[in-house]
Amino acid sequence: MKGKPLVAIVSAGLSKFGKMEAFTGRELFVEALKEALQRCPNLNPRNDIDAIFIGMMSESFEHQGHIAPMLSDWTGLLPAPAIRTEVACASSAAALRLGIFSILSGVYDVVVVGGLEKMTKRSTPEVTEILGMAADFPFEQWTGVTFPGLYALMATAHMHKYGTTEEQMGLVAVKNHHNGALNPKAHLQKEVTLDKVLSSRMIAFPLKLYDCSLISDGASCAILTRPEIAKKYTDSPVYIIGSGHGSDTLGLFEREDLTSLRAARKAAKEAYDMAGVEPKNIDVAEVHDCFTIAEIIAYEDLGFCKRGEGGKFIEEGVPNIDGEMPVNTSGGLKSKGHPVGATGVAQIYEIFLQLTGQAEKRQVEGCEIGLTHNVGGSGASCFVHILKGG
Amino acid sequence: MEEDEKTELLPFTIEQFYKFLSEKKIMAAQCKGCGAKFLPPRPICSNCYSKDLKWIRLKPYGKLITYTIIHVAPKRFQQLAPYAYGIIELEDGLRLPGMIKDVKHDEIKIGMELKVFFEPVVSEDWPNWPAYYFKPSES
Repeated sequence: MKGKPLVAIVSAGLSKFGKMEAFTGRELFVEALKEALQRCPNLNPRNDIDAIFIGMMSESFEHQGHIAPMLSDWTGLLPAPAIRTEVACASSAAALRLGIFSILSGVYDVVVVGGLEKMTKRSTPEVTEILGMAADFPFEQWTGVTFPGLYALMATAHMHKYGTTEEQMGLVAVKNHHNGALNPKAHLQKEVTLDKVLSSRMIAFPLKLYDCSLISDGASCAILTRPEIAKKYTDSPVYIIGSGHGSDTLGLFEREDLTSLRAARKAAKEAYDMAGVEPKNIDVAEVHDCFTIAEIIAYEDLGFCKRGEGGKFIEEGVPNIDGEMPVNTSGGLKSKGHPVGATGVAQIYEIFLQLTGQAEKRQVEGCEIGLTHNVGGSGASCFVHILKGG
Repeated sequence: MEEDEKTELLPFTIEQFYKFLSEKKIMAAQCKGCGAKFLPPRPICSNCYSKDLKWIRLKPYGKLITYTIIHVAPKRFQQLAPYAYGIIELEDGLRLPGMIKDVKHDEIKIGMELKVFFEPVVSEDWPNWPAYYFKPSES
C-alpha cells in the first residue's frame, strides 16, 4: 500500500564530525549511540535492541576489519547480532535498508542502524588511494583517475551538454557552507564566498578545493522499530515510507550517460512509488554532495527540476535554507563532512531532526516530508529514502 | 576486424585484455549468441549468459567524450600532475578511459579525435598491466 510506514525511527544520534584526533571509529560510534539513547529514555537498550546493522567503507583506514561485533560489545549490547554492510560511500544507507527489511520480515522489533569512518589518521594521498578502491581498479585507478577526477569527468560532460557553469557549482558550496555554519556538529562551520570557491586551488578541472567534500571522522546511528510499537518509545516518531536502491557499472566509462546517475533515478522512482509522493511534495532533502556537481545532478535525478536545469535551480536559490525546497540544511558532505561510511545515516539524522522540529538554527518551518539520497562511488550504488513526520 | 582461430581459444578475461594491450592491440569480446559487445571483455555474456564469444580488434582511434585535468594525483602519478584524463569512444560505442598526453591542456575539446598509444610493461609486481594513453591523432 502506498505511503504505508515501513518502519518508525524513534531516535537518532550523531558524533561530532571533523578531525577527531584522539578517537577511533568505535569510540565515535558509541558517542553517536549515546545521543540516540539519551533522546529515547523509554528504550531499554539491553532488553529492546535486537540487532545492529553498521555501514563502513574500508578496513584500510584503521587497519581494522570485523567491526560489527566489536560495536555490539562497545555499545554494551552483546550478544546482540551485528553485521557490516559495504557499498562505498553509501554503506550506511545500505545498513538502514537492511534494518528496514529485518523489521518488515518480522524477525526483529527494534534495531540500530548506522555507520562510521575514521579517515583523518591517513595522509591525503593514502585517503585518495583507499577511496579509489570504490572505482573499477584495473581500468580507472590503474590508468590514473582519482575520485574527484571521476566527478570532474561528469562535470565537464554536464557543462558541455547543458551549459552548466563553474559559478553554478560554486553556489552549491556557498549554500552548503552557509548551512554548515549553523550546525554545531559540522566539520567546517564557516561561510565561504563564491569568489573564494572559484579562486580555490584546482583539484581536478573543473572541480576546485571548495567543490570537494571533506575528509572527516564521524559516526551516525538511528533506532528503528515496527511502526505499531513506536509510540512506546517516543511521542514523535518519524516514519520511513519509501526506500529505493539501484546499481550501475562500477566503471564510469561504461555508462551511456555521464550527466546523470541511472542508479539514482532507479532508486528515486522506487522510493517515490512506494511512498506515493512526488518530487514536489518533498519539503526538505539531504543529498549526496560529495562534489558540487553531484548535488546539481542529484536535483535532476530526484526530479526536483528537469534534466539539465540543475545549475539554474541553484542559481535561483530554490534549494537554499530559506528557499522553496531546502537541500542539505545540515551543510551536506561539503561542510558537515563526509566520513564515508557514516554519511547515509547522518542524512537520516538531519531529516529526523527537521521532521521533529529539533533542527534549531537550521529548522525548516512546517516540513512534513523529507528525502535522503546517498551515492556510493561514482554512482554504482544509490539509495533514496522518504521520511514522514508523525 | 575478426581474429584468427588461435586467438579464439584465448580466455575472454581482463588478464588477456591486457596481454593484447602489450601487443598493441585493443581487443573487445562479442557474444556470438546475442551480439553484445564488451570492452573490457567478459568470459560470460552479461546479456544472455552465453560463453560462446569471439574477439574483435578495435582500431586505436576514438573521439573524446569528456575530460578533466587532474592536479591532485595518487602517489603513482604525482610526478605527472597536472595531467589530462578523459574517456574516448572507439568504434561501436565502446569506450576506454585514460590519460591524454602531448597536447596543451587548453586545447583539449570534447569531440576531438585521439589515437591510442601503448607503453611497455614497467613493473614486475602485480598488477603489471601495460599502460596506454591517448594523444591527438595528427601528432
